[in-house]
Amino acid sequence: MNKAVILVGGPSRATRFRPLSMHLPQPLFPVGGKPIIWHQIKALSMVKDLKEIILIGFFEDFIFRPFLNRCQEEFPEIAFKYLREYSQLGTAGGFFHFRDQIVRGNPKNIFMLYTDICCSFPLNDLLSQHERHGRLGTIMVTKVDRSSAHLYGCVVVDNETKLAEHYVEKPETYVSDLASTGVFVFSQEIFRFMATALEKRVDEFENERAKESAYGRSEESDETEDANRLRLEQDVLRQMAAEKKLSAFMCTGFWRQIKSAASAVPANALYLKKALGDNESFLSKTTIDGPEITGAVYIHPTAQIHPTAVIGPNVSIHARVVVGPGVRINDSIVLDNVSIKDNAAILHAIVGWDCRIGKWGRVEGSQITSPDDIDEVTHLGVKVNSICILGEDVQVKDEVFIRNSIVLPHKEMAGNKHNEIIM
Amino acid sequence: MKALILVGGFGTRLRPLTLSVPKPLVDFANKPMILHQIEALVKAGVTDIVLAVNYKPEVMVSVLKKYEVKFGITITFSVEKEPLGTAGPLALAREVLGKDDSPFFVLNADVTCEYPFEKMRDFHMEHGNEGTILATKPVEFVGNRINAGIYIFSPSILDRIELRPTSIEKEIFPKMASDQQLHTFDLEGYWMDVGQPKDFLTGTCLYLSSVAKRNPELLAPASEEYVNGGNVLVDPSARIGKGCKIGPNVTIGPNVVIGDGVRLQRCVLMEATQVKDYAWIKNSIVGWHSSIGRWSRLDGVTVLGDDVHIGHELYINGASVLPHKSINTNVCEPGIVM
Repeated sequence: MNKAVILVGGPSRATRFRPLSMHLPQPLFPVGGKPIIWHQIKALSMVKDLKEIILIGFFEDFIFRPFLNRCQEEFPEIAFKYLREYSQLGTAGGFFHFRDQIVRGNPKNIFMLYTDICCSFPLNDLLSQHERHGRLGTIMVTKVDRSSAHLYGCVVVDNETKLAEHYVEKPETYVSDLASTGVFVFSQEIFRFMATALEKRVDEFENERAKESAYGRSEESDETEDANRLRLEQDVLRQMAAEKKLSAFMCTGFWRQIKSAASAVPANALYLKKALGDNESFLSKTTIDGPEITGAVYIHPTAQIHPTAVIGPNVSIHARVVVGPGVRINDSIVLDNVSIKDNAAILHAIVGWDCRIGKWGRVEGSQITSPDDIDEVTHLGVKVNSICILGEDVQVKDEVFIRNSIVLPHKEMAGNKHNEIIM
Repeated sequence: MKALILVGGFGTRLRPLTLSVPKPLVDFANKPMILHQIEALVKAGVTDIVLAVNYKPEVMVSVLKKYEVKFGITITFSVEKEPLGTAGPLALAREVLGKDDSPFFVLNADVTCEYPFEKMRDFHMEHGNEGTILATKPVEFVGNRINAGIYIFSPSILDRIELRPTSIEKEIFPKMASDQQLHTFDLEGYWMDVGQPKDFLTGTCLYLSSVAKRNPELLAPASEEYVNGGNVLVDPSARIGKGCKIGPNVTIGPNVVIGDGVRLQRCVLMEATQVKDYAWIKNSIVGWHSSIGRWSRLDGVTVLGDDVHIGHELYINGASVLPHKSINTNVCEPGIVM
């Protein structure tokens, strides 16, 4: 029997996903027509003998309840559970804290997934390699550009034995172009290893404190220096690599981070393209009396699209959206209840819930070409070219042009805006 | 009567339009700039027109030949070998301007207004002195009158001007004024120097407002579904699609084809341009034979030269695009596209 844990984080972790996370927790934001976390659950549901999926995070309990109820119906073979961390225990701390619940039923392997990624999730291949090599854990890695390796956790891998020889979190100098994807599988013994790691950390911490007080330094309690926090990367993976207990599995297919709100658009495109390749029936196609659809497009059944509109590629249109005549939508996510009037154009954009776009309105961002997540929305005080994002309930008046901007919720836009963040 | 039109050089300020067509032949409200002036001059009884030019393009010669026939007038070119200022060209054209006792007009080719040539002529005849300056009221107060660059003179003024670079305003007018030979005549209505694109658009708006007052039948009627805010001039050969919103202040030239759901305001579409469905154009001049793709947006005094093609879904802001270019990426900041 196998289990999986998805680390969903909490409200304070998703600030980079603003303004979209102001309405909905990031794991539930839809890409490819489904919540980010659904894609992980879907992939896990296809892992052999996987019986339970546990979400660990510090959101309030009710947040995930309706979503998990729907998952329960869609995947009746699997049990779902949300476990709440009451204090932030670090990336591995929550996992360790809830170890009794995780090992209940004696699972052989335990998957651990971060939420803020989109991926082809070749989990069965990951699992079979893990079982073949029989080490304590296997980390899924992906090849990144040498010049951006410093943005990731890097793994030095022996090609022959698949042994992860070193793990370095965000190395300042180049060590490897194989980056951690945030997808892992561990054998049950991982908890014993973590217990040792935590003891060691507490010891180190006490030593440090003793030294500090000896030198008379102030005893400000820094949150990150909390002895009980267990960090997966620095405290666990690094040590596993050092003790030759970590394997690496090379990800096949696609992978990218979804940390910033803008990266939801390329993530949406990746999932839609995958669905198109898999010939999924939920994608839209051009019909005789419907709008022209190009490439991979998802349109919710309750959305109304005028036949003269042209949609796609890489567009998701959600529930009850109304799209008027002559509207163009390309490379964008249009969320629930949005109304788009005649002849408007939505290009490389995210249009938030309940937004209204006037006639000849234009919401246009810049296509994201970098495979790396964009960390900052401004550079040297200037808004960088990126996806244009309208928060919830933003009204764009007739003929108004919002370009390369981020608009926070509940704003009325009566004039053109270029490269601005609008509070 | 006679007239001298000061055309000057290559019209570089009005590039990229003047890279394809000499400045006097650039269409202003669907008609070459110089034709507006010739028609008004003919109406005031002018039979001889001299164009003072720095160079003489063939195309201008052939077009003006047609006007000679059409209006039964004589048009000659007076080519400056060196810049002669604003007065020198009068001396150079002395043979025509001084051929009889009738007065002659002098006007700058870049100026548009409700040319009051008949009234100026009558006023000039009445006072009987040597010169009359057309004066426009300043928008901001600097003096009480501004020289509009349009004059009527009696041939005797030619005795004051030598064939050398001379400024009429600085060297000739002060002497005429002290001799009590100079009068001003007040211009009614608008006045604009349209020598550069920004002013060309403003001049077009002023011209259309004036037409709306004097000859509203020349404009698209407000009853047309697509007309918004008036001042829309459409050539009868142009085709306009469904669900468009056009105006205010738009001129649409001959054989222009406009698709469905197009929004046009404060813009000039020259002959045979094509605007595809759902495009949006404001504050822009679209040169001859150019095309604008679907859902593209032009703004910020964009000027497209002859035969420029803008792809679909693009944003073009303040671009000056040289002739025969195809553009397939956004131009977000004003600049020249070579």
